[in-house]
Amino acid sequence: MKKINVNDTTLFLSFAAVILLMPIWLSPFGAAYPDLLQKFAIYGIFAIGFNILFGLTGYLSFGHAAFLGVGSYAAVWSFKLFTMNVLPAVAFGIFFAGLLALAIGFLSLRRSGIYFSILTLAFAQMSYNLAYSVLTPITNGETGLQLTSNDPRWIDAMYKTPEAGLPSTELFGLTMNGYPGFYFCAVILIICFYISLRIFRSPFGLTLRGIKTNQKRMKYTGFNTRPYMLAAFVISGMYAGLAGSLLAITDPLAGAERMQWTASGEVVLMTILGGVGTLVGPMLGAGLIKYFENIFSSFNSGTLHEVFSFLPDGLEVVVVKVTGLFVGSGWHLTLGLLFMIVVIFLPGGIVEGVQKLARLFRPKTDDDPQAPAPQKQAAE
Amino acid sequence: MDAILIQILNGVDKGAAYALIALGLTLVFGTLGIVNFAHGALFMLGAFCSVTFNKLLTLSVKVKDEGVTLFEAFKEEPYLKIWFGDTGLAIIDYSVPLSILMAIPVMILVGYVMERGLIQHFYKRAHADQILVTFGLAIVLQEIVKATFGANPIPQPPPEIVAGSANVGLWLGLGESVVYPWWRLIYLVFSGAVIFAVFAFLQFTTYGMVVRAGMRDRETVGLLGINIEKRFTIVFALAAVVAGVAGVMYTPILPPDFHMGMDFLVLSFVVVVVGGMGSLGGAVAAGFLLGIVQSFASMNEVKEIFPGIDQIIIYLVAVAILLVRPRGLLGRTGVMED
Repeated sequence: MKKINVNDTTLFLSFAAVILLMPIWLSPFGAAYPDLLQKFAIYGIFAIGFNILFGLTGYLSFGHAAFLGVGSYAAVWSFKLFTMNVLPAVAFGIFFAGLLALAIGFLSLRRSGIYFSILTLAFAQMSYNLAYSVLTPITNGETGLQLTSNDPRWIDAMYKTPEAGLPSTELFGLTMNGYPGFYFCAVILIICFYISLRIFRSPFGLTLRGIKTNQKRMKYTGFNTRPYMLAAFVISGMYAGLAGSLLAITDPLAGAERMQWTASGEVVLMTILGGVGTLVGPMLGAGLIKYFENIFSSFNSGTLHEVFSFLPDGLEVVVVKVTGLFVGSGWHLTLGLLFMIVVIFLPGGIVEGVQKLARLFRPKTDDDPQAPAPQKQAAE
Repeated sequence: MDAILIQILNGVDKGAAYALIALGLTLVFGTLGIVNFAHGALFMLGAFCSVTFNKLLTLSVKVKDEGVTLFEAFKEEPYLKIWFGDTGLAIIDYSVPLSILMAIPVMILVGYVMERGLIQHFYKRAHADQILVTFGLAIVLQEIVKATFGANPIPQPPPEIVAGSANVGLWLGLGESVVYPWWRLIYLVFSGAVIFAVFAFLQFTTYGMVVRAGMRDRETVGLLGINIEKRFTIVFALAAVVAGVAGVMYTPILPPDFHMGMDFLVLSFVVVVVGGMGSLGGAVAAGFLLGIVQSFASMNEVKEIFPGIDQIIIYLVAVAILLVRPRGLLGRTGVMED
């Protein structure tokens, strides 16, 4: 499907550079503050992980938010019980999400197509409902799981005297909020991207693509596809758990609403918007969605009046009213429309759109008119 | 015995709503082959038809309050009362059942526009694409309703005469303890009538026969010179109407809010899967079955043994069915079995 003649090292290095330099090149867009940058990185990880499943194998999971939620809960419990150091939290998040993914994947992967989607959806809703009801001792129900001052924190208690107030998450003394928090997430994101790149180029990734193209034929050639699918599912669940634990690290709080199925829908949208089955697409989609969410939901009618103040009075009121539907709390309306537009007109996402544009502007060569422009191929 | 009867009764009204939504879902899947995640939104739109109709009926004008003589006081008086007196008030009282009259044409229109405008372009695309585009549509519809009617549930009272409860126990000779709201009984009868009407339409009319033939083998029916696509469009509109009227009549039981569609959708999909994709009888049977199962699971005695079982029982049943009998309770062999 894809030629592996691209210089992956260049791709990887430029990806790392772009991510690490985000605080600089995003400042003209008004997005260069740590909270938002952390979100970019975290949801980037989530989407990249989701893409390993959906992009490579074509199995559409509608339950990935459950893994995100479990990762968050595990991380917060690690803060409560053991230490405020972030590394154990990350480890716990990945471990428990992976465990859950193993269980859910083992059952769900017996079916494919729409049944798989509904099964994963059912499992995710089940986790969500349980988190709200019976598991309240673990999840603290509607309030959400928070740090309190009388948490044991056994490991910290051994060599540190507790300070007044709630401690903050730290990496060997470095507090994990603001820019240090972002760089921590960014480094993890780059590692995750590298892993995803290796998976895409590996025989394992090729097998997964084979399953997407024609699972039956794969089986006839003697492949037992099940373990491959399960591995992909668990890996992608672990990515989600990692993203969940990072959410808890940057803001030590976990709530059940992270597991709702609309949250699963959001990661699907991020992946699709960027480009399913491409390497940088999911990151692109996650960044764009989080960016627009942030910009759009901060608008209110006051800012709208300012923006459209150049229009004549009567027209201005109408325009503000109409656009007001799409911003602020109406941001979800924009999201839904975007979802539809992308699926209808651009099923390949932004990456495909860019490739199409590039093909348009490139002089046609006789040998391979269908090949996309080389510099864009790097961004596949 | 009483307790069991109460649980069954509690289960069937929810089950009736599941059955009606699932019926439309499976009808659309069986005919058009579309997995419609926006079907719950149609249920919600129906419920808000009822809200709109009620608002229209109670359009009011300020008139002088004659009861207060000491100073000038004003009160809101609906136009209908001013024009028709007590008849007008009676019409307002019956606004929920009457709003069906408005819901049917509105839902036909919505269904038609949705099918022609969006769904028909997705016949040949993958199920994943269909799920995604209808999921987006559901979000859009839901947000439009939220922007128009606000985020809070809007209670809709049933007509005065059926506001109380029926003493079902006394009828069956079980004593006074089994009472059941009148409106839920009405909902049950109503959903039974709708289900019967849909089945009768498909089973006993020539039109329905062609639709059934098209569900079995679309190509052959097309080769016989029948414009099957046009009929399927109408089936889609029919499914929208069923979901819509189910929503209208459900408003006195559950005050409608913008996310009620999503809440019911997930469960209805589970119902369809349990019943068997594309199987109408399966959808109805599974709807009632799951409603009753859920109701039994929320009994205190059961919850003591399995805490939290009421929250997950439906999903557990669905998972079990999918793993053991993937074509569902009444599904045909070979339809979407892998």
